[in-house]
Amino acid sequence: MTRGNVLRATLMKDLRMEWRSKDAINSMLFFALLVVVIFSFAFNPTAEESRQIAGGLIWVSFLFAAVVALNQTWARELRNQVLDAYRVSPAPPNSLFMAKVLGNFLFVVILEGLMAPLFVVFYQLRSVGPVWQLIVVALLGTWALVVNGTFFAALSIRTRSREIMLPLILFPISIPALLAMVDATTMILTGDGTPEFWLKMLLVYDVVFTLVCLLLFESVLNAE
Amino acid sequence: MPPFGASELSTMTGTADASNQPVIVLHNLVKFFGRFAALRDISDSFAPGKLYVVVGDNGAGKSTLLRVVAGLMEPSQGSVTLLGSTNVREVAHRVGYMGHAPLLYDELDGMENLRYFAGLYGLHDDGVCSSAMQQVGLDPAMERRVGQYSQGMRQRLSLARAVLHNPELMLLDEPFSNVDVHSARDMAAILGRVRDQGKTIFVVTHQAPLMEPVADEFVQMAAGKIVARESRNPMADASLATGGAR
Repeated sequence: MTRGNVLRATLMKDLRMEWRSKDAINSMLFFALLVVVIFSFAFNPTAEESRQIAGGLIWVSFLFAAVVALNQTWARELRNQVLDAYRVSPAPPNSLFMAKVLGNFLFVVILEGLMAPLFVVFYQLRSVGPVWQLIVVALLGTWALVVNGTFFAALSIRTRSREIMLPLILFPISIPALLAMVDATTMILTGDGTPEFWLKMLLVYDVVFTLVCLLLFESVLNAE
Repeated sequence: MPPFGASELSTMTGTADASNQPVIVLHNLVKFFGRFAALRDISDSFAPGKLYVVVGDNGAGKSTLLRVVAGLMEPSQGSVTLLGSTNVREVAHRVGYMGHAPLLYDELDGMENLRYFAGLYGLHDDGVCSSAMQQVGLDPAMERRVGQYSQGMRQRLSLARAVLHNPELMLLDEPFSNVDVHSARDMAAILGRVRDQGKTIFVVTHQAPLMEPVADEFVQMAAGKIVARESRNPMADASLATGGAR
């Protein structure tokens, strides 16, 4: 048994379960769609105004939508106490964590891919800067959200009101990443300056938090 | 649903612990939940190759003891030595655990569940999974998801999951709950035969009379302590009085 095998098996199991239930992706999509439509009607921005506010709007809506999926992640493991079956097995805890992170990353990236055309249509978005940089921001930013989100969702699974606990812990710790994502996105969309600094900051944030979460996950998994 | 077969033990067999060292040694074990002591200073040891039935009233500490031994709970004080190691993770591949809940994914079918859990133990042979399902009287070809199983079928599949990796030590918490008496007797007989292969089995149950034909020892718990260990069922009189399963 290797870490890779357990990671792959857990990821495939989660994808299969999500494919059948569509719990996470449906609720994320519906939530993000609502945010796009409501804000579009509320602000009715011009193309130029859209470029200024879209960074914040996009990432806040993805953050809120991601929380829906993140809460589902561990709920499945708690039903029938399946997590206990994992805990008594010799499988490495970090493989479970990374499988969950990768699964959530995939779900949120799919959400972003589906929502991006809607943002373009509803907010008349045209990027002045290179679009490939937006993709880099999206990948790094999404990883920042899901790695912390998955970890803190695991941390809050044994609390009574875990749906409330997750955003309360996740949002403050995500502020530096969110700031970098919003500023980098706005810079790319408006063409004002280069987002290099923010991209580097996101990369460092991702590496640091991934390592910290991996180091602490076993304690979180076995906490009573 | 077919009853349990007679020749179902082919893959359950394995090498018993060659030495006569105790499989479990409990040393001054204490477990608190807040200020409530669920386990109170338990010190005991259990020999290999025996089938122990842990009995006692609700709240006696049976399930807590099993969870502490399985490594699912840290003792507040004291220690557990399992198969010669104080680190449960080191010997996790030699232990099978069946919990009170089924520990199965409702969204997957029986084989998908077993395939996943087998993978956690480094087993990637479908034959092992289908054989385990057959052993507990379930059809491996059944594509019904576990969420649509009856309680009894879940219990059987849960047992299949626990024995999948051919463990030397099995910790079974209420394996007969929601199982009809006929199937429960079959399960008890299977456990007896598994024990005969040299495995050590701990069964926590309120249906101790079912285990009487196969049990080596009844471990009675009360108020967080082991109060008696004997070869006959100490709860037998109480069971008869309340019309317990027989």
